[in-house]
Amino acid sequence: MPATYEPIATNTLSSSAATVEFTSIPQTFTDLVLVMNTTIGSSTGAIQGVINSDTATNYSITRLIGNGSAASSDRVTSTTSLFLGDVATSPTIAIAHFQNYSNTTTNKTIIARGNDSTVRVLMAANLWRSTSAITAIKIQNNAAVNFAIGSMFTLYGIKAA
Amino acid sequence: MPVTYKKIASVTVGAGGQAAITFSSIPSTYTDLKIVASVRNSSTTAGSFPTVFLKLNGSTTTFTGRYVEGNGTTASSATRTDSFLMSVNADSSTASTFSNLEIYIPNYNGSTNKSFSVDGVSENNATLSYAQLTAGLWSTTSAITSAELYFSANNFMQYSTATLYGISKS
Repeated sequence: MPATYEPIATNTLSSSAATVEFTSIPQTFTDLVLVMNTTIGSSTGAIQGVINSDTATNYSITRLIGNGSAASSDRVTSTTSLFLGDVATSPTIAIAHFQNYSNTTTNKTIIARGNDSTVRVLMAANLWRSTSAITAIKIQNNAAVNFAIGSMFTLYGIKAA
Repeated sequence: MPVTYKKIASVTVGAGGQAAITFSSIPSTYTDLKIVASVRNSSTTAGSFPTVFLKLNGSTTTFTGRYVEGNGTTASSATRTDSFLMSVNADSSTASTFSNLEIYIPNYNGSTNKSFSVDGVSENNATLSYAQLTAGLWSTTSAITSAELYFSANNFMQYSTATLYGISKS
């Protein structure tokens, strides 16, 4: 049976870390899926992504959010990172899909699903305005607190054929 | 090359329906679990969208969650203190329309509380349908060894299906 959903790399933190980065991403898949199951020691914040070390204002984000009492949507353009989900002291899930990540013709769209059952549930449509193939993804948060021991980050590759 | 996204078990509901869809003796050899289901409830009450719930290791307690939904007219969000997954088509919905949902449970063998993510749709070509995103938490540190989809009333109708996949990180 051909493997069409294959783990490329994984990192389960044995010590807390401010960032996790996947580099040298092979270009042999069609799409990427990044699964993050994380906690931090205190506070709450956003899980952010930086592609190919690009911290210029080449990202835009549109979000649909439910906070347990109301639904809302917001949007930011020309920002410096992807929005991938939320991080908190309770375990949260963020799953991001990077479609057609290796093409060198189009800008890249990333759909992220964030799940923090104590704060909010959301979907984010991200755009990275670059025609470069995605070869590296760095994950960070804006809570100024390290990802805790045991946080898991796994990057999968999906093949269309 | 190892198969890292593998079907563990699959259920197709037969004639007469059944009250629950259960996956038991889930092996501990994977990293994450994913359940993909297509379901319809046997309620004939007009306009009803029964809730499908999740039971883990036979437990229905210590679940909490939040969801956001759009029903074709408005968007809203609510907090849950049960194992809510989504609102699904019933026998009163347009004929042969089933609701689809995907449940993702990372680190199901871990010693932390278990978070899960649900994406669900119940389109039926009528005046009301739902698209729902749910964040759930089961505040239990036990490894997950069984999972069950169930309703509080009525049954899963014939041709409802559910498949449990195991996903490995290596």
